[in-house]
Amino acid sequence: MNDPLLEIRNLQIDGESDEIWHEIIKGIDLHLDRGEVLGLIGESGAGKSTLGLAAMNFCRPGCRIREGSIRFDDQELTEQSELTLRKLRGVRIAYVAQSAAASFNPAHQLIDQFSEIPVVHGVKSRREAEKDAKDLYGRVLLPDPDGIGYRYPHQVSGGQLQRAMTAMALSCRPDLIIFDEPTTALDVTTQIEVLTTIRDIVREFNTAAIYISHDLAVVAQMADRIMVLRYGELVEEATTREMMSSPKMEYTKSLWAVRSFKKEAETVASAMSPVVKVDNVTAGYGSEDILKEVSFEIHRGQTVAIVGESGSGKSTAARVITGLLPPRLGDIQLNGKILPKSFKARNKEQLRHVQMIYQMADTALNPRQRIRNIIGRPLSFYLGLTGKQKEARIRELLSLIELEPDLYIDRFPDELSGGQKQRVSIARALAAEPEFIICDEVTSALDQLVAEGILRLLDRLQREFNLAYMFITHDLATVKAIADNVVVMLQGKIVEQGSKTEIFSPPHHDYTELLLSSVPEMDPDWLNELIAHREKHGVMSSTSIS
Amino acid sequence: MNKILLMILQRFGLGLLTLFVVSIIIFVGVEFLPGDIAEALLGQGASPENVAALRHELGLDRPAHTRYIDWWAGVLQGDLGTSLANRRDIAELITFRLSNTLFLALTAAAISVPLALLFGILAALYRNSLYDRSVNVVTLGAVSAPEFLTAYVLILYFSVKLGWFPSLSNIDQDTSFIDKLHQVALPAITLMGVILAYMMRMVRASIINLLASAYIEMAHLKGMPKFRVIVKHALPNAWAPIANIIAISLAYLVVGVVVVEVVFIYPGLGQLMVDSVSNRDIPVVQACSMIFAGTYILLNLTADIVSICTNPRLLHPK
Repeated sequence: MNDPLLEIRNLQIDGESDEIWHEIIKGIDLHLDRGEVLGLIGESGAGKSTLGLAAMNFCRPGCRIREGSIRFDDQELTEQSELTLRKLRGVRIAYVAQSAAASFNPAHQLIDQFSEIPVVHGVKSRREAEKDAKDLYGRVLLPDPDGIGYRYPHQVSGGQLQRAMTAMALSCRPDLIIFDEPTTALDVTTQIEVLTTIRDIVREFNTAAIYISHDLAVVAQMADRIMVLRYGELVEEATTREMMSSPKMEYTKSLWAVRSFKKEAETVASAMSPVVKVDNVTAGYGSEDILKEVSFEIHRGQTVAIVGESGSGKSTAARVITGLLPPRLGDIQLNGKILPKSFKARNKEQLRHVQMIYQMADTALNPRQRIRNIIGRPLSFYLGLTGKQKEARIRELLSLIELEPDLYIDRFPDELSGGQKQRVSIARALAAEPEFIICDEVTSALDQLVAEGILRLLDRLQREFNLAYMFITHDLATVKAIADNVVVMLQGKIVEQGSKTEIFSPPHHDYTELLLSSVPEMDPDWLNELIAHREKHGVMSSTSIS
Repeated sequence: MNKILLMILQRFGLGLLTLFVVSIIIFVGVEFLPGDIAEALLGQGASPENVAALRHELGLDRPAHTRYIDWWAGVLQGDLGTSLANRRDIAELITFRLSNTLFLALTAAAISVPLALLFGILAALYRNSLYDRSVNVVTLGAVSAPEFLTAYVLILYFSVKLGWFPSLSNIDQDTSFIDKLHQVALPAITLMGVILAYMMRMVRASIINLLASAYIEMAHLKGMPKFRVIVKHALPNAWAPIANIIAISLAYLVVGVVVVEVVFIYPGLGQLMVDSVSNRDIPVVQACSMIFAGTYILLNLTADIVSICTNPRLLHPK
């Protein structure tokens, strides 16, 4: 029994892109004992998921294991037939995917997808499996454990789906579960609930687990031991406490230090008139109101962060300001003048001053246009620039966003990294020479180091051009870094607004308190202490507050 | 459930509206063609007086909009009118032709739809294998050859050289079912060559598209057998696109058989319509095109209903 449950030696995995094979995992060793939880951490492209899946000897299409050994419970997986592997998957090694919403089949009830595993593998009868499902649904704290299984995935919320998926992974009581970023797509308040569930379940069933995440603070709560990966190579490995207290490698230290950027909050004289004023706005789709009597102001040179969970109405507020969604009641004012409700009725000057940067730069940039055209279009549309003047301005803008003009001006978006694409989006917004820019979750799809670069750039541009930002985010670390004022939203209403210092120092509104305390901290004991604290003071959740 | 019913009724209403618009377009289109049936019937040597007399007799000297309204009045009472060329009742004229066309189309569909599904699913499963590539080459080859060429090659081998099937699809009211099948074998195979490749490739593409989704990967990671992954996890989500592909192919079968009907001298609707257009026999053209348009609309409506009824989000609302 002293043998490790899983032992990977010198694993090398190749990936194919444009018909060229290149290494994604470059000779990694990994071992895992029974009942142990190993954290895998790294930025996107570090090979975490590939390595996690390799523990099941599974490769995504376009990948292949070139060399190395994967021993699971004294079986060499790389030498097993497809049939043997299939009988192992789901039964002895289970997988919990990042997006439960995408990983549940939309056409079947949850309990069908649960029971299928033990039934097809001949472990349990259908009736036993359903009984077990209800029992496990209860243990992962799903509401109505006897009935929820008969719902379809779209009828259940994201956090609940993630728990149902954890329950599904347990259906055959596996020896090992691979958790691939199970909470990344969730709100902080939901994340805590799912993290607690996962940790309790893993302990209760003494299951070994590989926990994959890009979020160090999350991994610190879950793992006994942490491996830091970068470019498919191991950077550092240590027990969680050792790693947290004394990281050895430069790269690991830089991950720890990521949230160091912080700008000084500007206090704006209230006498000055705001650039944008949202005045008692109610808006929504169909008969439903998503925004309810929302009012706030944004001044020149100032950043207002709009904070809230998904569904709180943050992005709807942006759509109302840009005129994409005309409000039912209330007005939007730009420099004291009321803007037409719909963007169709606004003139070029009004359109020019409200620009937007999106979360997914991938989809916000036309993949068939060169950078020259992407940035040049607003220059000719709003400012009527042509020829040499336009060319010079494009180059100037590229230098502003710290991209070498000669190198990048003729590229397509596909030829840029995620961070560079977001920089181009910024340049496009800047090209219109606006007074006001809406940044909708602009850093949430980016790795932390890259995200910090974007935040620094936005901050510099703000000071240079005296811009007003509305910064929509669910990430409180970003808020702490960049905001002057904060607006906290819950279910379409503003629960609290004020300067950053006011919002972040007690006393807090109940909901703000919940949000703030839910942000994972780099302390391995944080989750324990938080849960103990919340149990003592009565459990809070966002629904109980509203 | 009410919401679904409402959606279906809405689609149905839109279909009727489309039919109405089509009738106007066809009527106006035929009006714009040079010449009319009087000239076509009497030939080039006819005197203007004779032509005018015939026009008056057929009622063609009345203004276009009154003729159009009269036509609608008849249709709404179930009367499609009479053919201007031979004075026969159009409903009677069309019934036989339509049943022939439908028989040919359904025979072709009965063979090609199951084959396309099977080939498509297998091609998706064994993507880029030898099987996938050869099926692609063969079906693409079949679709690339013009229909008349395929038809004549088939006639050359199967009726002239081997003598298995007749080269002319000669059927009338008294032909028995088995005989009919024998008669339409070659035209049906010709049509199959056209739609099989298209359907198969679309089925393959939509299944491959689905196989890339996260829940399919999940099914594999749950250790599900390959076959079960396709049948239980991919197919239930593929009905909507597949129904669309089948509907469009079937519509093509009904509407696009003209060439095949001509080659095999098959007494179908397409041939009748071609003849009627060259005769400027407006009521017949109108009736044929309404049937064709109706077929298209009905099949697309069916595809819509299938995709609505297989969408769990609509079937099981929150």
